Amino acid sequence: MQEGRVLSTREMNRDLLRSILDTPRWFWPVVTVLGLVLLIAAIAIGIMVNRGLGVTGLNRPVAWGFFITNFVFWIGISHAGVMLSAILRLAKAEWRRPATRAAEVLTLFSLMTAMIMPIVHTGRPWRILYWVFPYDFARGIWPNIRTPLVWDPSAILTYLTSSTLFVIIALIPDFAVLRDHTTGIAHRVYSVLAMGWEGNARQWKLQIVAGVLLSALILPVFVSVHSIVSWDFGMAASVKSWHSTVFAPYFVVGAVHSGVSAVAFALILLRWCYGWQDYIRHEHIDALGRLLIVVATGWFYFLVMEILFGMYGREPDELMVRQTQFTYWPYNAWFIVFVITTYFIPVILWLSRAWRRNLWIMSIACISVNIGMWLERFLIIVPGLINKQLFTFVWADYRPSIFEIIIVAATFALVTMLMLLFSRVFPLVPLYDVKEGDVLKTQVQIGRRTVPATFRED
Amino acid sequence: MVTSRIDHKWGMVVDLDRCNGCQACVVACQVENNLPINDKNAFLQNRAYEWIRIERYWEGDYPNIKARFIPILCQHCENAPCEPVCPVFATYRNDEGLNVQLYNRCVGTRYCINNCPYQVRFFNYWHPNWPERLQNQLNPDVTVRTRGITEKCTFCIQRLRRGQLQVERRNGGELGDSTLRAGNHMPACVQACPTNALTFGDQNDAQSPIKPYFDDVNRYNIHHESERQTRGYRMLEDMNTKPNVIYLKKVDPNKGSSGGHHG
Repeated sequence: MQEGRVLSTREMNRDLLRSILDTPRWFWPVVTVLGLVLLIAAIAIGIMVNRGLGVTGLNRPVAWGFFITNFVFWIGISHAGVMLSAILRLAKAEWRRPATRAAEVLTLFSLMTAMIMPIVHTGRPWRILYWVFPYDFARGIWPNIRTPLVWDPSAILTYLTSSTLFVIIALIPDFAVLRDHTTGIAHRVYSVLAMGWEGNARQWKLQIVAGVLLSALILPVFVSVHSIVSWDFGMAASVKSWHSTVFAPYFVVGAVHSGVSAVAFALILLRWCYGWQDYIRHEHIDALGRLLIVVATGWFYFLVMEILFGMYGREPDELMVRQTQFTYWPYNAWFIVFVITTYFIPVILWLSRAWRRNLWIMSIACISVNIGMWLERFLIIVPGLINKQLFTFVWADYRPSIFEIIIVAATFALVTMLMLLFSRVFPLVPLYDVKEGDVLKTQVQIGRRTVPATFRED
Repeated sequence: MVTSRIDHKWGMVVDLDRCNGCQACVVACQVENNLPINDKNAFLQNRAYEWIRIERYWEGDYPNIKARFIPILCQHCENAPCEPVCPVFATYRNDEGLNVQLYNRCVGTRYCINNCPYQVRFFNYWHPNWPERLQNQLNPDVTVRTRGITEKCTFCIQRLRRGQLQVERRNGGELGDSTLRAGNHMPACVQACPTNALTFGDQNDAQSPIKPYFDDVNRYNIHHESERQTRGYRMLEDMNTKPNVIYLKKVDPNKGSSGGHHG
């Protein structure tokens, strides 16, 4: 038996469409505050573009700082979408159902936010067209395909396209429900978006086939996107601590770790904001917690390996980077915070069933992971650069400026605001998926106990 | 553009035994190449422009302490790590052995700066400014770079081009060792060096004084370093960047020989 009440279809429609059909009182004040943060950041970016990157804290050895750290962080968050939708769909994990849409939408918005970062970080962002698109046909000048900076946009745009398709295909049946529940202009817009969905057998079959196909096709993208982002560092032969073959799997697992934690936290927030206690239930958060223990431990293995590989070579410049990370203020403090918040605090909390089901404790664990994962990227990027080679004469430290801090903070506001605005227009818990899960669910007698069982999905 | 009939492959030899750290090369470069003035803030922010810089290291403990100087400039690597990482081909190898930077094409990703092991690429964090009375000292042969792009040592390509124009185009001669020196077509740092610690030349020119050093270092690679006949070595040679700049080790009077294995 599932936890909580069994709901009728009518109740489900009423509850899950609540976020769209009525506006909660807190909604516009929150959006306004987030909008103000974005406005401040837009001004900061404007000043930065106008006056030059001198307003940041970047300097000669440390040419990449907060912006690239934040870029890698948001690309990492975006990995939750595929993890929860595609992999769990193919693995037939039933508990994924209410979490999929939020995860996919978080993927879309974090990818878009991540893409802002390398653009504002360049010296001449207005020339970015040169970089991402082949531009000078007449003289035969094409982007340099040997650089990870060209692989990056290719991988990210592929991921963005396939995730968008994934979200749209899953949204079609829900658009139809919305079409039937709205009037006037909203009705007309949803009618167009629903693309004539009637819910007949042929449409359902096509929709399911498209979903499964996209799940399978998106998997290589899932592995490649963060691998390619890690090669921004792995391919840099001159930065000793970056030039490591372990980076691709290490970054992918780390991305899943931070992404799934972010989705778990987003679900808890949605449950609280829109009163979806009957849909996002403790069992779902519990299952995410159990998944995260495995992911976190896999990630921790790679962390230890990365440090071990680095130390084992005993090259003085690499050892110097490790010494910076472990012993130099303030990196030593950040390193301790990073290891504790990314692994020890959350995993200890997730090991207890009662704590996994306590939403406050789950929130703390999930936020803790993301603080730690942000620090992880920072501790990889900056100490690697501040003493890059053996020329001690040019070593220099890095302090982020207020501009960098504002812009990084605003990316969090941007993702939150986009999620909130999305939840006003599209259902963030997939109606048809939850209903389908209910249809497929039944109870079986095993001895004297009644346990929930699930039919095969296909 | 001036194209040369003769195949050049420029190179430089830096004799550390002759360098006394006077920084004349730094100033000459600053003037020749329109580098912005490095004020106190530029150094405090670690954003000073020094296409050639003198690194000073202390060796030994007090009282037997010695200052060691290494002039470091763009090594014009044959196998340059900065080149493959630029997404827009703003930096590439030209056919005269130079690693050149196209300011117009640069978008400022700063990946090349990260990937340069010698730390000789400079990013324009601010728009460069000169006081009114210094506006007229700018070199008309060199672009003033805008903010947001990366720049670096060019081996004073404007002087080489002028030399090719005057010597090879107009007079049908060859820009070699003597003509380089006679017309001051060598890089500004070489011209300014009072102790002749810097020597510039064409590796394809048999008469060039740099040729024996390049031949020797090319013949015996890093695995056969001990067999080298000269004091030559390449900086960070184990990275296999194959620089077109060769350093000559400091002669250590205590060791008696100039061809030792020590730096």
